[in-house]
Amino acid sequence: MADLKEKERRQHILITGAAGALAQQVINRLRDHCDIVAVDFREQVYLGDDIPSYCIDFNKRSFEDLFRRYKFDGVIHMGRIMSSQLTRMRRYNANVLGTQKLLDLSHKYGINRVVVLSTFHVYGAVAYNPALIDEEAPLKSAGLSADLIDSVELENLANIYLWRYPDLNITILRPCNIVGPGVRNSISTLLGSERAPVLAGFSPMMQFIHIDDMSDAIVLAYNKTQRGIFNVAPQDWVAYQHALKLCGCNTIPIPSIPPILPKLILKTLRLRSFPSYLMAFFKYPVVIDGRAFAREFEFQPKRPLKEIFRFYRDNKKPV
Amino acid sequence: MGLTSYLRSKLVPAALSDQVDRIHQPIGSLGYDPWGYNNEKMKVGLSLTRLLYENYFRVETTGIDKIPGKGPVLIVANHSGQLPIDGLLIGYALATRKKNPRIPRAMIERFFPTVPYLGNLLNEFGAVLGDPTNCAKMLANGEAVVVFPEGVRGSGKLYQDRYQLKRFGNGFMHLAMKYNATIVPVGVVGCEETIPAIANIKPLARMLGIPYAPVALPVVFPAKVLLNIGDPMHFDDREIPEEAVTERVEHVKAAISELIDKGLSARKRLF
Repeated sequence: MADLKEKERRQHILITGAAGALAQQVINRLRDHCDIVAVDFREQVYLGDDIPSYCIDFNKRSFEDLFRRYKFDGVIHMGRIMSSQLTRMRRYNANVLGTQKLLDLSHKYGINRVVVLSTFHVYGAVAYNPALIDEEAPLKSAGLSADLIDSVELENLANIYLWRYPDLNITILRPCNIVGPGVRNSISTLLGSERAPVLAGFSPMMQFIHIDDMSDAIVLAYNKTQRGIFNVAPQDWVAYQHALKLCGCNTIPIPSIPPILPKLILKTLRLRSFPSYLMAFFKYPVVIDGRAFAREFEFQPKRPLKEIFRFYRDNKKPV
Repeated sequence: MGLTSYLRSKLVPAALSDQVDRIHQPIGSLGYDPWGYNNEKMKVGLSLTRLLYENYFRVETTGIDKIPGKGPVLIVANHSGQLPIDGLLIGYALATRKKNPRIPRAMIERFFPTVPYLGNLLNEFGAVLGDPTNCAKMLANGEAVVVFPEGVRGSGKLYQDRYQLKRFGNGFMHLAMKYNATIVPVGVVGCEETIPAIANIKPLARMLGIPYAPVALPVVFPAKVLLNIGDPMHFDDREIPEEAVTERVEHVKAAISELIDKGLSARKRLF
């Protein structure tokens, strides 16, 4: 009887972006207490016999079958295709239209908790950015590069649904640079490399959050029904070039003036970890204020920066 | 010991290093704060400024202890001399005073972050992009902030306009009222003579994207600098019309003007 009640209480959660290291960490934290269904736009991943896993395009009709079959209570949407992946058009389809489909279905099937993982990139890196950017700050990213439009659009969409359908209880998280074992984003690739490019004369302040801490933050956010938009970042900061030094990277300076020169160089080199449209993030700081999230969800990161950088220094791979 | 560490140990006097450590500036685990301030770089910056402060400009400061030892403070001064030397000297005076030293944060022109090397260096030495949000966050953190309400109107003025205060913006007063910050007026005398400019080539400034392009000799003259610190001023945070805010600003401006006049009368020679 007790077992039955236990089973009845278990939440059914749809987790997107299951092929990513972060999603897998979140799944590991939730799998003991919740019934998880994992989906990914890119590939099917095996996560154990107890977790159904699908490779599915959110825009296909068959996606709705998952909602019918599993009767989800909540959705954790981490399936945002990063700006370094796929083409601009495919990214737009997956991130914007796919998210719209996901939120429509969530509304249709009475889901009452949605956590959307966004990124601090939406604020945009401009010279006039103040430090400790609040959640209310304008999203300048779309004006800087067409490659970041889908990230901003995804957020706008989630925002519209946040206010239009309060029952969805949407929480949007804007984390700083997520790094650590298994993370494959551009900054993690740079920290893990032997040699990393820098813009000569620029070393913007950056924030890093360990993948373990970020997973904890997502689980905390999911478990407390608090709608809204929150930055997620520890109260610790480091200059980019100092971070590279602590990770044991040699720096390769790219001439930074006139501004057209580094853009041309990066467009020619087509480095995946240092794309030209992210150039501004290696030039100007985007320091976000994560105190509202920490306060609201009682979040305290456990992994200090030194530990994060030690991991990269001790696990150097040849470029 | 690496070459950099060796040079740093030779350049930074132990007493100065201890002084900076004693201040306990709020910083993260790697020595930075969100605006890019770095304790170790600050020590180097102060050591270099010491040479300018004591030997080159032979600064005489009066009333430095009038600046409160803790809590949010806006240090409001007249701006002059094309380069932000005035901010540097005020900062050094406060950071090295014997009783309750503080690391003041100077608000700098929006143009600096776009300049390679210099932008980062200024941040590491405690300077911050002159944005109201930055100032507000720092006052909320209880920091001492140096502001020049004249902005580029003050620093870019010509030699013929020396010691004439330009229009003050009201922004600093709004922030002081909102964050209950003490305002300390400062009259700077001497910086006008460091880089006397006879003209400003506006088209060139526009072309280069800089606030002004002064016609001046490419040298910083060793003018004697006097810093006169005035009595702290407090303004309540009542909801008042903008006209009344301007009146309060004029009150601060008058106090600075008085401090400048005091400095000019006390000054015996330019160099």
